[in-house]
Amino acid sequence: MSVNFGSQRTVVGAHYGWRDWLAQRVTAVLMVIFTLVVLLSLIFTQGPIGYDTWSGLFSGQFMKALTLVVIISLGYHAWVGVRDIWMDYIKPVGVRLALEIFSIVWLVACAGWAVQVLWRL
Amino acid sequence: MSHVENPAGKQRPEFRNINAFKDLPTYRLPAAGWVSILHRISGLLMFLLLPFIIWMFDKSISSEISFAKFTSAFTLGLGFVPGALVKLVVLGLIWAFVHHLIAGLRHLWMDTHHDAVSKEFGRSSAIVTLALSVGLTVVLGAKLFGLY
Repeated sequence: MSVNFGSQRTVVGAHYGWRDWLAQRVTAVLMVIFTLVVLLSLIFTQGPIGYDTWSGLFSGQFMKALTLVVIISLGYHAWVGVRDIWMDYIKPVGVRLALEIFSIVWLVACAGWAVQVLWRL
Repeated sequence: MSHVENPAGKQRPEFRNINAFKDLPTYRLPAAGWVSILHRISGLLMFLLLPFIIWMFDKSISSEISFAKFTSAFTLGLGFVPGALVKLVVLGLIWAFVHHLIAGLRHLWMDTHHDAVSKEFGRSSAIVTLALSVGLTVVLGAKLFGLY
């Protein structure tokens, strides 16, 4: 992180650019891995895919952990992306703040629901 | 540039403050520009439809009964929403996911390969992205609507 005290401190910018740029790419790769795991599991399934196959896919401990990581990744990834959209197109500060708060509440609520669905399985 | 050396040349349009109604319909985006704005639109679409995505995850995974409810949403509909409209929304989600995924992989490739950051590669990879995302959406959409 940049120096935030003394004569060397950075006095411009919001200082989350590099961190969020990297986080968006790391979370994207995690979601690609998840997509590949789900796709390959379904492709190599024998016979028709019904409820048993589909729910069985998410019942293992490894898949539960991976899905949890992806839920959190998706929340952070979407936050960075949607915040970029608000920052680029919404100029009035009050409206932008309201949309940013809405985005956080929306994503946290969705992540909570997804975790609930995943862990009661 | 040519318009400096040749003031008698063709008048090119200047955009200083883009007006959504006057300028956007005539504004010609290059292929990479289309990939970029569609990356944003597809991301925002998935963000807004997130509760529907989790609803599908919930219903499809929770029990045999809820799984039946999930599959019947595509035929019998969902409340007052007809099944065809549910399929149409899911088709939109399929396109959004496929486009966002391929455009994202293009980003990652450009981040890690210096020789990929050129005007030519930007254009050709953008056309490949658009063709692949539309093509895959058509193939998966045909399956969704029961054409094969």
